[in-house]
Amino acid sequence: MSNELLKIIKFATVSSTKYENLMGKNIKIKKGLDIRLDGEAEKILVNAEMPETVAIRPEDFVAMKPKVLVNTGDEVKAGTPLMYDKNNPQVMICAPVSGEIVEVKRGAKRVLEEIRILADKEISYLPFHVGNPENLTREQLIDLLCKSGAWNFIRQRPYSAVANPEKAPKAIFVSAFDSSPLAPDADFVVQGNEKYFEAGLAALKKLCPVVHLNVHKDRVKSPLFLQAKGVEINTFSGPHPSGNIGVQIHHIDPINKGEIVWYSTPQDLVIIGRLLLEGRYDTHRIVAVTGSQVKKRRYVRTIQGANIKSIIGTDNVEGTDNRYISGNVLTGTKIPADGFLGFYDTQITVIPEGHEPEFFGWLAPGFNKFSNSRTFFTWAMPGKRFKLNTNMHGEERAFVVTGEYEKVFPMDIYPVQLLKAIITNDIEAQENLGIYEVAPEDFALCEFVCTSKINSQEIVRKGLEALYLEEIESQKEVHH
Amino acid sequence: MMEKLEPHFKEGGKLHKFWPVYDGFATFLFVPGHTTQKGAHIRDGIDLKRTMITVVLAMIPALLFGIYNVGYQHFQAIGQLDSVSTGDIITYGLMKVLPLIIVSYAVGLGVEFGFSIAKSHSINEGFLVSGLLIPLTCPPDMPLWMVAIATVFAVVIGKEVFGGTGMNVLNVALTARAFLFFAYPAYISGDKVWISLGGENAVDGFTGATALAQFTSQGPNITNPVGQPMGFMEGFIGLVPGSIGETSTLAILIGALILGLSGIGSLRIMVSVFAGGYIMATLLNLLSSSFPDNPYLTVPAHLHLVFGGFAFGAVFMATDPVTAAQTAIGKVIYGFLIGAFTIIIRVLNPAYPEGMMLSILFMNVAAPLIDYYVVQANIKRRLKRVTVKAA
Repeated sequence: MSNELLKIIKFATVSSTKYENLMGKNIKIKKGLDIRLDGEAEKILVNAEMPETVAIRPEDFVAMKPKVLVNTGDEVKAGTPLMYDKNNPQVMICAPVSGEIVEVKRGAKRVLEEIRILADKEISYLPFHVGNPENLTREQLIDLLCKSGAWNFIRQRPYSAVANPEKAPKAIFVSAFDSSPLAPDADFVVQGNEKYFEAGLAALKKLCPVVHLNVHKDRVKSPLFLQAKGVEINTFSGPHPSGNIGVQIHHIDPINKGEIVWYSTPQDLVIIGRLLLEGRYDTHRIVAVTGSQVKKRRYVRTIQGANIKSIIGTDNVEGTDNRYISGNVLTGTKIPADGFLGFYDTQITVIPEGHEPEFFGWLAPGFNKFSNSRTFFTWAMPGKRFKLNTNMHGEERAFVVTGEYEKVFPMDIYPVQLLKAIITNDIEAQENLGIYEVAPEDFALCEFVCTSKINSQEIVRKGLEALYLEEIESQKEVHH
Repeated sequence: MMEKLEPHFKEGGKLHKFWPVYDGFATFLFVPGHTTQKGAHIRDGIDLKRTMITVVLAMIPALLFGIYNVGYQHFQAIGQLDSVSTGDIITYGLMKVLPLIIVSYAVGLGVEFGFSIAKSHSINEGFLVSGLLIPLTCPPDMPLWMVAIATVFAVVIGKEVFGGTGMNVLNVALTARAFLFFAYPAYISGDKVWISLGGENAVDGFTGATALAQFTSQGPNITNPVGQPMGFMEGFIGLVPGSIGETSTLAILIGALILGLSGIGSLRIMVSVFAGGYIMATLLNLLSSSFPDNPYLTVPAHLHLVFGGFAFGAVFMATDPVTAAQTAIGKVIYGFLIGAFTIIIRVLNPAYPEGMMLSILFMNVAAPLIDYYVVQANIKRRLKRVTVKAA
């Protein structure tokens, strides 16, 4: 009798978990921080002019060892391979535009810095196989995506490198929204590209049966996401970093040692979908031009790697001493005023530099300073939007304050202990403390709030790179 | 002006050796115009200077009250309380307290500057807080040279040998106090030192015993120095004999409010210390009928919390982030045990009517162990995830 009862209970619990999976999970993120920055983009979409130059930079990839396939003077089409990563040699990195290779720029020790293309006025595309992903086998699909360069839009955890197509993941995750400061609006940037997004999502399902599409309770309204078919839709709520894929994976199906998951973003899926339905590697995307120094802040339709002059437009920036960032203020890359949009970036932020020393800045009430602590009076002004500059507001020190990172780090991981394990190069401790679940971006808020001004993203990046390269080395040995 | 001076201290300049001192002053006057080069492009407005100055600010109510109380206790003891003005009371207090603060800061910062030059690292802000904590934990008549020696000991042995602020195991200010306590016990314990008589004669019936000392012999029925009965409110307000900053629970709680609201001090630790003390004292009360020889057992829990250094230790010493437990759960355990051990030392060890200092120092040493087990639990949770899946 009791056995019977146990069976019933077991059945009930098992079926209820299954049911929950089908519906997806509801996850409340409580720890985190929405930095109230001034400079959000208005929801107006404009087309950028065709940029004169476009560049692809190895810096945008994790621990890349580039093998260059073109020379200065070569003519390329959109979709022509420019280089590949020796760590992942199947995957081509292709030209986003047609034109002439004007520079293969190398820096110190001949390290490749960028490949620059003088873009044609009208892009001509290399033709690829057209077809619904449902009609391709998994192998054909992988082959097509790798050949065309679109595979780069599928990345993996651990390491946030481009996915290795030979190793099947346990699941694929797509965050429908970006929660970082001034991030582009999730619903707005896919408008008009719905069918491509759906084709991209279908391709993911072909690659792995388990696909999680994660939406935000307040930020995501489009039925394109909320009613997507055949995927598990998980609903998040709460502040940044609720949109970080690492946080989402941690709460839905965390990565254990040896496991791999893949991930992508809606705009990247649009590019994959367009390749499949139209047969061309077309990296057009919508970029939010944000930041307090931009006069007309809008959404701009442009192309991957475009020179940002063509995106920001002329006479659209206040002042001259500014920081140009490809990406957001927490994780983006510092670029010159005539630099290039990063490979994965869908946002440009321009904020003032902060070279000016502040007289007794540590003592003043600080009505213009933003802090997650309440040591400045601005904590009593909840509606205020801040025009923040790049000043460090202090000097680097040893770890002193505790409990500070934990307030903005919504994972069951001890961030400071993990950082210390990375600094001391203790790999066993790193694994025990959960290094495979994190990426530099997950530490961006820790870095922002840090009293001791410790550059934790850099520490995590180096720690993960060392592990990644070690793993690749050990695989090579197995192959030999 | 700073720009003009800077070249002398830069690499190759005549005074390059003194760069840490220059840098210390320059960054004291100006938050430097350094911009972000790696990682996040914007940073929180807070830095270690701001953190430390917030703690100093939180100590100001206890300091001001302490200054007043030193004078108050003096004039009360010599029977002139009714004939002097508030100004006289404050003046007397200032004369006693200011020299202690000046000596503590001058000596401590001197040692820090010396170490910065010798090891060419930048000057750390930690002593801004320690420098005020040390005098606040002293009795008003503490000889200045003893404070100087204790400060040198605390900064060198307590902090710099470990690598400076952030690396020390023991709370620096408590290291100084422990040094005084064991090296010069006659000046920091007993019932002669807590009230500054200033060479005058005390009134008849005067006793200099603190509340805690009286608990040892007569349980909760205690009096102030001139024989009037004292209870919870007297201890809470704090016009009682004791170390300079420790007497007023009210002033200390204002500090706790500043620390808690600003997010600088761990409320988790403070509340846990009070809870640990309250629960342990209540438990010991239950034993009082079985051991009638120890009147301290009869002291009710709420009196424990407002007399002696309990509140001061809980708010300003136990919360030192460097020497406390670092994990959230660890902080609760750490604070609770500080409170509990304090009461155990007070009640069960007849040699020490006060246990706060020893209890915190002991838990400073135990804190890494607590964190170790908390982190191990996290690691086990992570490993369990895999085995559950495999099953």
